[in-house]
Amino acid sequence: MASLVGSRVERKEDKRFLTGKGRYTSDINIANQTYAIFIRSPHARAKIKKVDTSKALKSSGVVDILTGEHIAQDKIGGLIAGWAIRSEDGSEMKCPANPPLAKDSVNFVGDPVAVVFAETLDEARAAAELVKVDYKVLKAVSNLGEAMKSEAIHDGIDKNLCYDWLLGDRQKVKDAFDKADKIIKLDIVNNRLIPNAMEPRACVIDYNTASEEITCYTTSQNPHLSRLIMSAFGGVAPENKLRVVAPDVGGGFGSKINLYNEEIVCSWASKKIERPIKWVAERTESFLTDTHGRDHITHAELAVTNDGKFLGFKNETIANLGAYARVFGTVTPTYLFGPCATGVYIMPAAYSNVKAVYTNTAPVDAYRGAGRPEATYTIERIVDKAAMELGMDPIEIRMKNFPTEFPFKQTLVHQIDSGDYVAGLNKAKEMADYDGFAARKKESESKGKLRGIGVTSYFEACGIAPSPVVMMLGCGVGLWESAEVRFNPTGQVTVYTGSHSHGQSHQTTFAQIAADELGVPIENIDVVHGDTDKGTFGMGTYGSRSLTVGGIAIVNACKKIVNKGKRIAAKMLEASPDEVDFKNGEFVVAKSNKKKTIGEVAFASYLPGVRDEVKSPLPEGDEPGLIESSFFDPANFSFPAGSHICEVEIDPETGHVKLDKYTAVDDFGTIVNPLIVEGQVHGGLAQGIGQALYENAQYDDSGQLITASYMDYTMPRADDLPDFNLGFTCTKATTNPLGVKGCGEAGTIAATPTVMNAVINALGGKEISLPATAEKVWKACKEMKKSNAKAA
Amino acid sequence: MKTFNYHSAKDVKEASKLASSNSAFLAGGMTTIPSMKLGLASYKDIIDIKRIKKLTGIKVSGKTVTIGATTKHSEVASSKDVKKAIPSLAALAEGIGDPQVRNRGTIGGSIANNDPAADYPSACIALNATIHTNNRSIDAEKFFRGMFETCLKSTEVIEAIEFSIPEKSSYQKLPNPASRYAIIGVYVAKHKTGINVGVTGAKSCVYNDKDLAGALTKNFSSSAIDGVKISSSGMNSDIHASSDYRANMVKAFAKKAVDAC
Ligand SMILES: Cc1cc2nc3c(=O)[nH]c(=O)nc-3n(C[C@H](O)[C@H](O)[C@H](O)COP(=O)(O)OP(=O)(O)OC[C@H]3O[C@@H](n4cnc5c(N)ncnc54)[C@H](O)[C@@H]3O)c2cc1C
Repeated sequence: MASLVGSRVERKEDKRFLTGKGRYTSDINIANQTYAIFIRSPHARAKIKKVDTSKALKSSGVVDILTGEHIAQDKIGGLIAGWAIRSEDGSEMKCPANPPLAKDSVNFVGDPVAVVFAETLDEARAAAELVKVDYKVLKAVSNLGEAMKSEAIHDGIDKNLCYDWLLGDRQKVKDAFDKADKIIKLDIVNNRLIPNAMEPRACVIDYNTASEEITCYTTSQNPHLSRLIMSAFGGVAPENKLRVVAPDVGGGFGSKINLYNEEIVCSWASKKIERPIKWVAERTESFLTDTHGRDHITHAELAVTNDGKFLGFKNETIANLGAYARVFGTVTPTYLFGPCATGVYIMPAAYSNVKAVYTNTAPVDAYRGAGRPEATYTIERIVDKAAMELGMDPIEIRMKNFPTEFPFKQTLVHQIDSGDYVAGLNKAKEMADYDGFAARKKESESKGKLRGIGVTSYFEACGIAPSPVVMMLGCGVGLWESAEVRFNPTGQVTVYTGSHSHGQSHQTTFAQIAADELGVPIENIDVVHGDTDKGTFGMGTYGSRSLTVGGIAIVNACKKIVNKGKRIAAKMLEASPDEVDFKNGEFVVAKSNKKKTIGEVAFASYLPGVRDEVKSPLPEGDEPGLIESSFFDPANFSFPAGSHICEVEIDPETGHVKLDKYTAVDDFGTIVNPLIVEGQVHGGLAQGIGQALYENAQYDDSGQLITASYMDYTMPRADDLPDFNLGFTCTKATTNPLGVKGCGEAGTIAATPTVMNAVINALGGKEISLPATAEKVWKACKEMKKSNAKAA
Repeated sequence: MKTFNYHSAKDVKEASKLASSNSAFLAGGMTTIPSMKLGLASYKDIIDIKRIKKLTGIKVSGKTVTIGATTKHSEVASSKDVKKAIPSLAALAEGIGDPQVRNRGTIGGSIANNDPAADYPSACIALNATIHTNNRSIDAEKFFRGMFETCLKSTEVIEAIEFSIPEKSSYQKLPNPASRYAIIGVYVAKHKTGINVGVTGAKSCVYNDKDLAGALTKNFSSSAIDGVKISSSGMNSDIHASSDYRANMVKAFAKKAVDAC
């Protein structure tokens, strides 16, 4: 049987998704369900003086209305930060309480205050309008740059500062800077983004009055974690009385990592009102309350020699946490950002200093790439600036500072097991016809257009591991992953994974792996995820971890199956287990034609009795059945890397940026399914390009989100994007048996600096801020024209 | 959503009779329904006019193109007759919103709504349109009054819009990157009787830019526009485009339009 790993197996998921048969949370309806509408703060910062529900309670169809008072009375806990980060001075980070329904104060527009349950959605809406909340409006802190100088939002959190974190050695950096020929300085704003999963958040809760079990169907990337938090911190119910199911989920991009207010409130309330509850976010609620991404202000400096060698790097960043610290909120701008800020380069000295601050805006958390896009943007922009100031070619300066030996000890934390950055950049250069750029630029100029080329080389640290290190860095849990592989007596296989697919195609990729390991046709393998009642506890999907951590747990569980199978086959074939080989789904006794298929062995494992001549196939000490599980905790992160090159053409009359060519060369180690990996790269690129050219979440001074709909928040569209030119190089990861590296975030990480480097290249080096909107580019073109005229 | 009475009018007379200051006609519903859902508008009566056959269809005579009020943007965009008589008008329709909007939204709804960023109003201005209602015919120049404001009475139904076929014309639009409405749109049309430059998106209401038209009357070339000063005062300013940028874009897109004529 040919290996399936490496082949373009069509997605098992496609049929149901493309024919509208996906089963999402909002497709679930439970008899006798009520509908929830949340009453949210219209103010960015206010004290709650009074919540008056008396009129609303009398409104038609209302079942109940609950407020922050009720939550507090029932001692239901709030939302939490999953990582404890320490400041440079050793002090602990400062986190405010984040109750599921606000009782005393609200801290961003959309912060929920009360909830109405009614027989119909319309009745819930009508009643919600009658809930009167009396607020004392306070001055909002909406500007990140001024947050530390503003009044404290949360009691006891001075300067609105959660922590002031340092990674690296300031003195070493100072020494390196003292020796430099030149210091390159760069100030950047990494713009705030809204994840915009296609499926808005939702939950459907079913409280079973007989078993007293709560079932929470929800749009989560990690149902087990949601259950854990809801149980251990929310106190909603013990874990054994709480089942969390995340069925088909229409995209997450990090925004569905968090457990949210609505899931806690509705789970708690369902038990209280003894009715099922359905809540589905409207798009506006998604804009206002899904966790947002990025939002950094960074000052970076790079010390270089005149011939372009890097000596040292400084990264001073202020990161916006929004109103509250959430699950990955505190780690995203620290351990996921700081270490990666020195990029793919040998950097003799470096530090990253991050001040994370609270503002009266939606909480900021992991968004596709989480910290690594911000890091890559910083280093790749400053490297380009260095090339420009030194009069060097952007490829030459990168090549000059690449490591060529692996494992490569990266400056701040990471020990990168494998890679070949030179090969990747060379391949990208060739595929992009880098040498033909000058001719294309001339041609653009002959039409009155400007053309620029941008290069980025990146690495990513994903599949965060191993657990002991992760916990040492402040994480509240370990980041292993679980799998269970079950053979049915009749030979089909069910694979249970603790990771979760919300667009990543695990049903296909994981089935390919299991099919190869077990020699079973892929049609006979089902992958089950997303239900705490079905599989073992698992950590979910984010940070490109599913395959490198979860996939390997499946491989290991399959290997255990094969080992047990060998023992059973040996007994059946009257040989010793050492004589039995397993290949292509068959157990074969060496140097003989005696064999049993894995299906026969599975069947036998469930029938260990003695009848007529059939003797028990089970060796002494083995139990019946063919079911194995595994928990995999990798020895390290995985480190995909690559180089991207793009070209833009700018119309100086209007400032319109046309993305003309985009080449991505990525090293994801072994590729299990190129079709799926290319899809992941395409989607990632679209989001990275979105950040560079279109997307920008903006709050006004009073803390109102002024980009709270698609009329104002610009998403990239298919017709904004060129055909992507994708290439791959492969150095296998040495930290897992498949040699795989994560691929889900790479496109997002690399695309933003690649596009901006191209735009700034077209503008002759003139810095502009993200995103490069037409008006900004037009202004830069005008200034460029002026200064050219002066020079002439 | 607030409750309302739904009526499906069988003819224009009935539609008009049902109408009041607290009603809306339902054509494509692309403006009315979202506004109601967002709580920005509410009506006692919704009067569906889509079943009135008389209101839909395209007729071309020697001098004019007449488009029924409930004709959808997609129908104008794909009409062979419009493409032949006034290709720029078909192109304008093709550039409205997205396929879903074009398959529902109507020309009558668009001009009755008179969104400052809508495309069709500029065509009405540039193509000397006459707006025919159930009780009068109105010149485009008089029809558009201000932001979301026209001279229509609440019981008045637009039946058709009649455009003069120009010698040459072009509509050039800088779309809002998010909504794809016009940040600015410039419709240049050269008629035997004179030149019009309909500008949308720039100010609170569509207008005929007399300075640009004047310059083009002397010399119909994009270089003639170079000398025209366009002030940003009175121009819209928002997160997508400042008034200064808009003023400059009116000029840049007027040049593009002239070049494309
Ligand atoms: C996402 C989106 C993008 C869009 N992009 C663009 C764009 O790029 N450019 C653009 O120009 N437009 C755009 N539109 C608007 C769209 O083109 C519709 O034309 C417009 O919404 C109104 O037309 P309608 O037929 O849907 O009218 P309706 O919503 O049905 O009615 C709107 C108003 O017009 C009145 N009305 C309708 N028909 C008549 C009539 N015959 N007589 C008198 N009054 C009448 C109604 O009473 C109502 O007040 C967009 C809309 C959406 C939702």
